[in-house]
Amino acid sequence: MEPRTKDFKQEAAKALADATIQKNMQNLYGGFFKARERAADETPGWEAMQDRAREIKAHTIEHLDYYLDKASRNVEKSGGTVFFATNAEDATRYVLDLAISRGVKTIIKSKSMISEEMGLNEKLEEAGMEPVETDLGEYLIQLRDETPYHIIAPAIHLSKDQVSDLLHEKLGGPRYDRAEDLTRLARDHLRTKFIEADMGITGANFLVADTGSLVLVTNEGNGRMCTSMPKIHVAIMGMEKVVPALEDMGIFLRLLIRSATGQRLSSYVTMVNGPRNDDDLDGPEEFHLIIVDNGRSKILADPAMREALYCIRCGACLNACPVYRKVGGHSYGWVYSGPIGAVISPMLTSVPEAKDLPYASSLCGACRESCPVKIDLPRLLIHLRSDLAEGGPHSGKRSRFSSEFVMVKAWRLLVSRPWTLRLGNRLARLFQFPLAKDGKLRKLPPPISGWTRYRTFPMVTTRLFRDRWIRGIQDKTSHE
Amino acid sequence: MNASLFVTCVVDQFYPEVGESTVRVLRRLGVTVDFPQSQTCCGQPAYNSGFLSDAKPLAHNFLETFENADAIVIPSGSCAAMIRVFYPDLFDDEPKIASRMRELSAKTFEFTEYLVDHLGVSEIPGSGNASSTLSVTYHEGCHLRRELGVTTQPRKLIRALDSVDLLEMGQADVCCGFGGMFSVKYPDISAGMLSDKIRNIDESGANAVVSCDSTCLMQISGGLEQTGMNTRAIHIAQILDEAMQ
Repeated sequence: MEPRTKDFKQEAAKALADATIQKNMQNLYGGFFKARERAADETPGWEAMQDRAREIKAHTIEHLDYYLDKASRNVEKSGGTVFFATNAEDATRYVLDLAISRGVKTIIKSKSMISEEMGLNEKLEEAGMEPVETDLGEYLIQLRDETPYHIIAPAIHLSKDQVSDLLHEKLGGPRYDRAEDLTRLARDHLRTKFIEADMGITGANFLVADTGSLVLVTNEGNGRMCTSMPKIHVAIMGMEKVVPALEDMGIFLRLLIRSATGQRLSSYVTMVNGPRNDDDLDGPEEFHLIIVDNGRSKILADPAMREALYCIRCGACLNACPVYRKVGGHSYGWVYSGPIGAVISPMLTSVPEAKDLPYASSLCGACRESCPVKIDLPRLLIHLRSDLAEGGPHSGKRSRFSSEFVMVKAWRLLVSRPWTLRLGNRLARLFQFPLAKDGKLRKLPPPISGWTRYRTFPMVTTRLFRDRWIRGIQDKTSHE
Repeated sequence: MNASLFVTCVVDQFYPEVGESTVRVLRRLGVTVDFPQSQTCCGQPAYNSGFLSDAKPLAHNFLETFENADAIVIPSGSCAAMIRVFYPDLFDDEPKIASRMRELSAKTFEFTEYLVDHLGVSEIPGSGNASSTLSVTYHEGCHLRRELGVTTQPRKLIRALDSVDLLEMGQADVCCGFGGMFSVKYPDISAGMLSDKIRNIDESGANAVVSCDSTCLMQISGGLEQTGMNTRAIHIAQILDEAMQ
């Protein structure tokens, strides 16, 4: 997918002005966010589980080559084919070559964020094939020709009315209003695709190294249909998705599902071990696993950024983020949104181009508080900011004369010594005088003019605390 | 009991009365307060913006100013977090300074945390005398809650005041949208977050919103004034100071 991370500010402004989006995003707090909180509270040993999961992830990422090798050998042992793709293009070419050589026409897909990185649907369509998304939310945004708004809830931004209009317009027939009828309508259309399809494409929530098992978590059962109905199953995954052992699933499934939706368990957990065996009743004839790097080794190579690879894509940090709840998913301009998107989208595309993303956070830390593997997202955001501000390896050069450069340097001059603070106070008192009204400032100059667009600003004091201290603080209030 | 006050640059420049209240409350609780005049700013605006080399000299100045203090008390969760959590991080490539920073960090307290955890305050002397009752709602500063883990202490202090009723607002733990430079770099997003906060304050039915951070209060009171609401925004030191008179 072509990154549009440069347009963050414009897209955010659009989302802020869209009343439907604002209303739907507001519901995330009472919905997914509170559901996760309740699920965590009712799970004994939640924090110990988080610590253990983090340890497992840290260990696996430190020894990623070993575990990927082990996993791929075990997948091959059970009859699957493994392909390591350096980038999105390689992965796409593999899928296309395979589909063309097998004469594939219709492809059913289960939700996969990595296929969004590849822009796979578009490429398949260009090659004359019909890819059909089978996760309901993903199906809706495919009909709208959009990208996912949220890691686990791709159509979270749409209201029921919008879905109703969309299905009526795209699928024809009567206009339904009830959620049940809308779901049935989509389901009926998808049934025929499931039956027709020659190939199923899925993502992967986990790949177990010990057994070579692919683990898929879904609520609609579409994942299971994609892995068992067509003759060919292609699974595509980011290389960080590997975990060492099957018993690790006990922790990871609980953490992932409870953090994502607050459910104790999703409706379906599918484990796939290669194609069907001779004595199996069903299953695909071919199983292909594509393990994709696509920029992840850049994250791996920087010890300060590495923990971003611990992410299990539950989406909890999006739900917790007050900025995401305002600007929505599309503003981030690439596949991943919210706090984790503000970290990995720049790293997987281009940090200088995506420079607005790491700054789009008040660093409130709600993301870290929700993260099942305790990724210190605020610290990662500050790390990227410092890379941009001071010319680190991901940015190459310093972004001079940005608004924050000007503000920080000016502020630095004013606060460096007590006498500069006093001088700054004198200057501010001179400048604020003409701007003041009723003891407040209502119009500040750039680069801080944005403040007074929405709020008043206090005037600096005529007597600094440090001077009041010298005169002595009396034991009664001097104000009011 | 001795404590050195780091008043913060925002209180020094904009809200000196918060500093005065902090001093009076501490003194009434038997603490001997001193105020080292060489203090300036903790450096957080630079640190948060990624200008780490601009934050370092300020951290050095803080270290030199407060290294010999018995305890450092700060009327701000965010500035306290800067010293306690981010200073050691900032110097992780200079182990000697980092270890001095960790010693500093161990004796740095946010104001309400110092009162409740360090002094063991559970009752507020003289707070039963007030004739009128004020209803307040409490806004949690993000750094106070998530970097320092302080959530119950301020509420305990507010509840200890006979003259004050605490009415909890919805989403008290959600950011007000300040975020330092964030509020001027992304004023529209920041204002969207602020309007949610103001709605929650309004719906709580309280006459005033109390917080432990003057920067959150700058954002919140600025928004309240702009929308013409007469809900007051008060620092917790001020409400304690008023109640103790």
